[in-house]
Amino acid sequence: MGFDQFLFFVFAGVAVLGSLLVIGQRNPIYSVLALIVAFFGLSGLYVLLEAPFVAVVQIIIYAGAIMVLFLFTVMLLNVPREDAAEWDRAHPYYRPWALRVGTALAVVMALQLGWALSRTPGLGVGVADERPAISSVAELGRVLFTDYMFAFEVTSILIIVAMVGAVALARKRES
Amino acid sequence: MAIGYYLVLSGLLFAIGAAGVFLRRNIITLLLSVEIMLNAVNLAFVAFGRQLGTVDGQIITFFVMTVAAAEAAVGLALVIGLFRHRESLNPEAFTSLKW
Repeated sequence: MGFDQFLFFVFAGVAVLGSLLVIGQRNPIYSVLALIVAFFGLSGLYVLLEAPFVAVVQIIIYAGAIMVLFLFTVMLLNVPREDAAEWDRAHPYYRPWALRVGTALAVVMALQLGWALSRTPGLGVGVADERPAISSVAELGRVLFTDYMFAFEVTSILIIVAMVGAVALARKRES
Repeated sequence: MAIGYYLVLSGLLFAIGAAGVFLRRNIITLLLSVEIMLNAVNLAFVAFGRQLGTVDGQIITFFVMTVAAAEAAVGLALVIGLFRHRESLNPEAFTSLKW
């Protein structure tokens, strides 16, 4: 096993364990912090995929900006932990038909996914085997501002809409 | 590293995110689970882009991140508004529109 493969499994383990911790306990603050850890694992995977700019953006935008937004909201609302007893009593998971049908559907979907993956050719081909990597930021910028120009401009409208919407929604109503 | 490993990892993370949406009873954790799912898709995009030797995968990742940021901003604003009304973050508390 080469060093790259070792690093892959380390980063994949960090990402999966962090994600499991996000959904595996009831305190939202710990969920946010675990997700930041998972994002660092994913960032390492992007470095392994020779996409260093994506890795840096992942840390700055996701772990930096978005998670701070979440953390700010959790602390602003002083969110209580989920109540375990209430979860046990009220969760839809405990309706028998939901449990049975949901479990059956999940098993069917997992089987289908496994079947599809087992029949897909080329899964064993290494990501770095065939083509050289393009990791230069200049090339990224060139493609972003030529081929993806329209999508880029539409994204700016999306951000303005989201910004105005967030301010309008979170504003205190003056009565 | 074979592309299959990245795809399986991506599917695993997506499944964890989906399970979080179904299992947790806290709107903020639900939004976090959606972020996990978006990141799983990002990983698949970057892995495919690396194998095909193009920058398209990385660029779509930026768009996904932008959408995630917009979704988080609007979603958390909604959460704050909902919390002002009901003093709760349990989705079961917001069923006025439920038939």
